[in-house]
Amino acid sequence: MTTTELDRVPEVAPRDYGSPLASKLEHLWATKPGIVGWLGSVDHKEIGLRYIVTAFVFLLVGGLEALVFRIQLAWPNQHLLSPAQYDQLFSMHGATMILWYAFPVLTGFSVYLQPLVLGTRDMAMPRLNAFTYWVYLFSGLYLYVGLALGSAPNAGWFNYVPYASRPYNPGLNIDFYALANILLGISTTLGSLNFVVTILHQRAPGMSINRMPILSWGTLTISVGNLFAMPSVTLAFFFLWLDRQFGTHFYDPPSGQPLLWQHLFWMWGHPWVYVIVLPALSMVSEALPVLCRRPLVGYTAVALATVLTMVLGFGVWLHHMFATGLPNIALAFFSAVSLFIVIPSAVSNFAWLATIWTGRPVFNTAFLFFVGFIVVFVIGGVSGFMTGSVPADWQLTDTYFVVAHIHYVLIGWNLFAVMGASYFWFPKMFGRMLDEHLGRWNFWLMFIGFNVGFFPMHITGLLGMPRRVYTYPDGMGWDTLNLIITIGSYVMAAGMLLFIVNVFYSLRRGVVAGPNPWDAATLEWSTPSPPPPYNFVVIPTLASRTPLWEDRLDEGPYRSELNEGMPLDHGKEVLGTSSLDAQPNVILRMPEDSLVPLFFALVLTLLFAGLIVKFWWLVVTCIGAGLLLQLIWLWPRSELRERRP
Amino acid sequence: MTRFHLGKGMPTRVVACLALLFSIIPAGALHAEAPLSYLVGYGMRARSIATLTWALMLISAVVVIVVVGLLLAALRRGDSFAAFAPGTQLPVARPAGGASWIYVGVGISTLVLFVMAIWTVVTLAHVANPPRTDSALKIEITGHQWWWEVRYLSPDVSREFTTSNEIHIPLKQAVEVELRGVDVIHSFWVPALIGKTDVIPGQANRTWIEADKPGVYRGQCGEYCGEQHAHMGFEVIASSPEDFQKWWDSQLNTQPGAAPEAAQAQNTFIAKCGICHTVRGIGAGGHLGPDLTHLLGRRTIGAALLPNTRGHRSAWIADPQHLKPGNYMPRLELSGPELTAVSNYLDTLN
Repeated sequence: MTTTELDRVPEVAPRDYGSPLASKLEHLWATKPGIVGWLGSVDHKEIGLRYIVTAFVFLLVGGLEALVFRIQLAWPNQHLLSPAQYDQLFSMHGATMILWYAFPVLTGFSVYLQPLVLGTRDMAMPRLNAFTYWVYLFSGLYLYVGLALGSAPNAGWFNYVPYASRPYNPGLNIDFYALANILLGISTTLGSLNFVVTILHQRAPGMSINRMPILSWGTLTISVGNLFAMPSVTLAFFFLWLDRQFGTHFYDPPSGQPLLWQHLFWMWGHPWVYVIVLPALSMVSEALPVLCRRPLVGYTAVALATVLTMVLGFGVWLHHMFATGLPNIALAFFSAVSLFIVIPSAVSNFAWLATIWTGRPVFNTAFLFFVGFIVVFVIGGVSGFMTGSVPADWQLTDTYFVVAHIHYVLIGWNLFAVMGASYFWFPKMFGRMLDEHLGRWNFWLMFIGFNVGFFPMHITGLLGMPRRVYTYPDGMGWDTLNLIITIGSYVMAAGMLLFIVNVFYSLRRGVVAGPNPWDAATLEWSTPSPPPPYNFVVIPTLASRTPLWEDRLDEGPYRSELNEGMPLDHGKEVLGTSSLDAQPNVILRMPEDSLVPLFFALVLTLLFAGLIVKFWWLVVTCIGAGLLLQLIWLWPRSELRERRP
Repeated sequence: MTRFHLGKGMPTRVVACLALLFSIIPAGALHAEAPLSYLVGYGMRARSIATLTWALMLISAVVVIVVVGLLLAALRRGDSFAAFAPGTQLPVARPAGGASWIYVGVGISTLVLFVMAIWTVVTLAHVANPPRTDSALKIEITGHQWWWEVRYLSPDVSREFTTSNEIHIPLKQAVEVELRGVDVIHSFWVPALIGKTDVIPGQANRTWIEADKPGVYRGQCGEYCGEQHAHMGFEVIASSPEDFQKWWDSQLNTQPGAAPEAAQAQNTFIAKCGICHTVRGIGAGGHLGPDLTHLLGRRTIGAALLPNTRGHRSAWIADPQHLKPGNYMPRLELSGPELTAVSNYLDTLN
């Protein structure tokens, strides 16, 4: 290979976060102070936290919506809310939780943690990362503008046509939902692309694909899944918007097909269920072993089970449509796949059980949340197994049994894992521990409240209570159970409130954490807490999955090198490595902070605002402004050229 | 490093309390009157679904008990730690033997899933296929926002008729139901007799209902269909073939014109209600709302919303939007005498 001005003699420096090298990197990577600096930041840690905080705000708002309509449902024949108000509230609750909380909160953890666990300094496309956050935030605000105007979605989160078509739903309600979803879809798709590139191309040298943390397996799997699933739902909402505003006939008979909506929606919708739980499962698989003082049992099996779940997740969408009159042969096939998708989940479940059984657990709040998670994981799993059986599903579908199931899956598999992960990674993010005493109360209130609030829904469902009813008559056998459900939901909300109290208390008063409070094994714990803007003062080199435990586990002759490595300080530089073996092959220059992503997101949102009010001049102006911003964003600059290491 | 005594038993105690609660609740609930429950089936199809559902529930309960039991045992056994002391290290190790958990656990799960997949397909064939004998009776049901139109079909067209929100069937006979959608998607569901089949515009779905015990079975729309989805109920009345035949014959009668002293009431009815409702035999022929020809013979009004009494009928006519907000019957602003006249006329619809 001939030497060119792009080649560089590899340098090696010691790991010292107090050295002149560290101050140089700090200067290179730090976000500028002030509001402009804050708005233009492309630091993945900053953006990750914004994602998490925003998602938690949506969680609280969605939770409040539920608390309001739980009062209506606590007793029969209540009229606190009119049917129209109730319909908007339950639709907003579902949409907020599933679309604007459950996935973004996991994205937040991934954006924050992935570069750290992979041993790199930022996401592969930092400005895109900022852009996807802003678009996510604006799409949520866009939806809530609809609510403020009294035009929130009212056809449920899966928004079946023809009820969501214009003749039966003439307001702007559904248009807000359709356009907000397309906007959010842009964010989700681009964000997933960013993860795929980052995880496949920026792992620390030596972190071959079989040494990648299980956390990254979760994010990589669902990001690839998203790239296949998102086009379907975006198209579905786009067709719906065309039907509603321009008189096309994708969905209305006789020329169109109402079931086309259901196919397009669930072809995305079921994979999406796995998209919003697999990263949460992988957070448990990552953190639980640390608290059990041993590596995860069955790393390979769990990693492959994650991938297999996603793949099978694309072959079960019809189980949302068992009652639509499809041919029996299709029902039998999809029913079987829906039952067998339990197998990869069983792999993870028994891996966690074995990890606890053969380990020596540390009984702290994070551990309790993971244990509680396993309990609800199993209950949510078996209720899914029940609904996977076609004939049983003909009775169970669209009753409160399914409501119980989705809450066990979404709260159980997502929220409990997120809570545990919050207790686990909070010290890394803020340098202080969350308070353990408040944490215990937080956990027990949430766990008891959750089960008291949601378990009885299985029973009301078996007793035939349909979902999405704004009230119900007495004498159906549902009264007492519904009162218990409402009480449980308020207990759970009190637990959630304690978490917020704990966060604010611990930010000021929490015990100082130090770099590795849990004595954990992976790369993020080798950095200070919170990590400096550049993450790693020198790029680490890996020889195992557990770089910080190698000496104590005493496995094999090779050791990871964390104390010395490439400084990469000729600018904002990171190392690009090969996809499978993680061999260094390029030095990548990262862009500076920039306001362009924010402006581009604003212009895009304005464009969507123009679409809903049909101000075509605004739409055209936004397209022009967007192209201009793209030109600025993508303008080639020599200082961003790649170099060989 | 302190051992954690107090907290270790806590999970077991809480799980025990929750388990107790969760066994009391269903036990209590199963004793309550629950017209939409499907835990007991009253026909061949509903019964085989109920059996399958109970088997699935039993397996599910066993799985939950075994896994939670193992989890609690894992928490109680051996060493554990109370907490991390910042800045110190806790020992780590890689004890062997974990992988066998995955082999055994996944092996057993796969076996159970395989058995249940077969049971599912067998039940599916049992429930979803047409009855062996040709069904003599065919009903066409149309879902409307928010009521059910029921048309009895017959090879002899003169014996066909339309009613609403109440379906009569003869005992021990599989009745074919053709489902037609005209507005949004609804779902036809009689929990004690048959699971859901969606009513979809532009697509004719069919299902079968059968009952082997005389009685009134409650049905309900199973797919969210707008503001009054909650109040889109109906009833299925199963009676002996003879009683059923008598009922059918009586439904074919048209209403005679009113006697002169009641002509005023009948005219008010035709003027105010006839645009939307049909009463066969007089000049009321609207098709937007339910057929009212034999209204008094039905048990409920407003799609199983209220018992069919004179008081409820009057209240409904006076303000349907109060009783069922958002439904398509407008408030008619009837004067007092008009209201009485319409109520009086409805009282004659035997």
